[in-house]
Amino acid sequence: MSSSRPPPSDRLPSDRPSSVPPPSVPPSQRLSEPPPASTREGPASLRPKSSTLIAVDRLSKYFPVDKGFFSREEKFVRAVDGVTFRVRRGETLGLVGESGCGKSTLGRLILRLIDPTYGRVLYEGRDLVPLGQSAMRPLRRKLQIIFQDPYSSLNPRMTVRQIVGEAIRVHGLAENAAAEARMVGELLDQVGLRRESIDRYPHEFSGGQRQRIGIARALAVQPEFIVCDEPISALDVSIQAQIVNLLQDLQERLGLTYLFISHDLKIVEHVSHRVCVMYLGRVVEQATSRDLYDHPLHPYSRALLSAVPFVDPGRRKLRVLLEGDVPSPIDPPGGCAFHPRCPRAEPGKCDVETPHLAEVDLGSGHRVACFHPHVD
Amino acid sequence: MPGPLLRVRDLVTSFESEHGRVRAVDEVSFDVAAGASLGIVGESGCGKSVMALSILRLVPDPPGRIESGSIELEGRNLLELPPSEMRAVRGNKISMVFQEPMTSLNPVYTVGSQIVEAIRLHQKRSRSEAWKRAVEMLALVGIPAPETNARAYPHQLSGGMRQRVMIAMAIACEPKVLLADEPTTALDVTIQAQILATLRDLRDRLGMSLVLITHDLGVVAEHTDHVVVMYAARVVESAPVASIFARPRHPYTRGLLGSLPSGRDPGSDGRRRLLAIEGMVPDLRHVSKGCRFADRCPMKIDACTTEDPVLRAVEDDAGPHESRCIRADEL
Repeated sequence: MSSSRPPPSDRLPSDRPSSVPPPSVPPSQRLSEPPPASTREGPASLRPKSSTLIAVDRLSKYFPVDKGFFSREEKFVRAVDGVTFRVRRGETLGLVGESGCGKSTLGRLILRLIDPTYGRVLYEGRDLVPLGQSAMRPLRRKLQIIFQDPYSSLNPRMTVRQIVGEAIRVHGLAENAAAEARMVGELLDQVGLRRESIDRYPHEFSGGQRQRIGIARALAVQPEFIVCDEPISALDVSIQAQIVNLLQDLQERLGLTYLFISHDLKIVEHVSHRVCVMYLGRVVEQATSRDLYDHPLHPYSRALLSAVPFVDPGRRKLRVLLEGDVPSPIDPPGGCAFHPRCPRAEPGKCDVETPHLAEVDLGSGHRVACFHPHVD
Repeated sequence: MPGPLLRVRDLVTSFESEHGRVRAVDEVSFDVAAGASLGIVGESGCGKSVMALSILRLVPDPPGRIESGSIELEGRNLLELPPSEMRAVRGNKISMVFQEPMTSLNPVYTVGSQIVEAIRLHQKRSRSEAWKRAVEMLALVGIPAPETNARAYPHQLSGGMRQRVMIAMAIACEPKVLLADEPTTALDVTIQAQILATLRDLRDRLGMSLVLITHDLGVVAEHTDHVVVMYAARVVESAPVASIFARPRHPYTRGLLGSLPSGRDPGSDGRRRLLAIEGMVPDLRHVSKGCRFADRCPMKIDACTTEDPVLRAVEDDAGPHESRCIRADEL
């Protein structure tokens, strides 16, 4: 990011360009919940387990799109539109949705790799959005990312030692070269790569091994929170399982917190404690992994889950086949963005009003943004 | 009983490399009955795509070459046909749908005119007849407003629509066999479900056979009758679809299934580990004697590294079932 960028404080809601529409979420949505009754009165040391590590509040990113030469109206892609959720320490929050739904943009917004148009990102209660580069730097150590493509996310001209060591050096985590080499060696052990391969280049590794290098690089700075952006999509099935197991082992061992972004619903179910379903930039449903997969409430979640082919020929089932494609986020349908494809859409309501994410049963934590959820 | 529609026997396709010729497809055999749906499963580099290209005789030569074996379509060995006759088969009796619809379509022609071209290549039809047919085909694969969309250029259509166009083009001449190589891999899951439903529907309506090449066992489970599992250029197991999932008889197949999270996983707290297959696919340039899966196999015994296992029949009430594992009976 260049230093000529205006200080982030300029981007606070009040100063946003007047042509940018505000996010379509009421500010009343609660960001933090009271802790569960059992820990509410307990000693502080018991609390961190369920405490919020990362919270996003009405986070939005609108990308301007080329306006026509004669067109006066500037248009925006609402890539992320008023997303609010919390990630508890040590948990995995899954983020699912189809391509273009904004899930990767959301991951990058949280890490401040791109700046939000609106909204807050709270790390341990502190808003990251107004922070400048220098204030952000020590925090970057705590917030890391693993990319989808292990081929393009590693510099082909650097050895493993340089790739992993660079992060250690940038943050001054090793006193000298010997300590740095030792740390890199330990990281390779942790991710299941042989120490002998420390001076090899990325092209000498397979896709799965490269992903391990990417994980070692993320771990090098001892992060607390890692955005895993489609970490296994580019890998073969048998290798996917190795990487998923590795991520889970590391989480247990190091107490890591993950935001796990994937379009693979089966993997997300496997790794996540809670899951958010996104559609056209907005979260349409949010629940524990079990609640969502057993009782999806939003018609879109339902269709999405029913579209997943199951590995059991005996369970061939009737699907909820969605008609048509995901609409363009430049000019999304009015009202509920899903209404043109929705089997339950109510004319005059769903195409006019925008539903907001709300709990169906108070206290259940199962939220859905739908006027006609599947509650039986 | 008439023989199978498509019968592949001992197919060997090799490629030139710095280390001599490498077999990308090594003695692969399978049958496809008329109207049946065969799944070919395997990870990248296992030879499944080369196998499909071999059937159409589209392997780039050099560096590739079909060395031996036979590919019989309705009793005729395609490998013995002169190129002109093969052209009459390709796209007519057997056609193929590729993974990436954007790169398979010509960006400077409308999709309708590309289908017209495919039709007129094989059938004596006037341009206007062929256009009518193209519009019919687009309607058949579920493209809305087919008359309008036939005049669209590929970039004006979404990924799912483009893949439908590819399918429309592939079935325009009513092929006997449709080879679909990862037809839905580049698509979102809801679109994938639409495309697979379309393929299944077309198979039923037109009575064609479908060969579905994929890495996704879920797709195989729902859309095929019989499954061939490939590993390192060879077939390691071949079985009715129900048997593959109920009782796989090769440790590799079993490993693949274990690598997938089962839908019933507790997911959150009582986490189960996935049963990953350790290690990596062997380098085909340096295959050693013995079973190619031995290095990664939890059931390996000494004999696995000394003798080359053969594909042999195992007992199965559901249908013909073969495994290339010397311990298949213990599974």
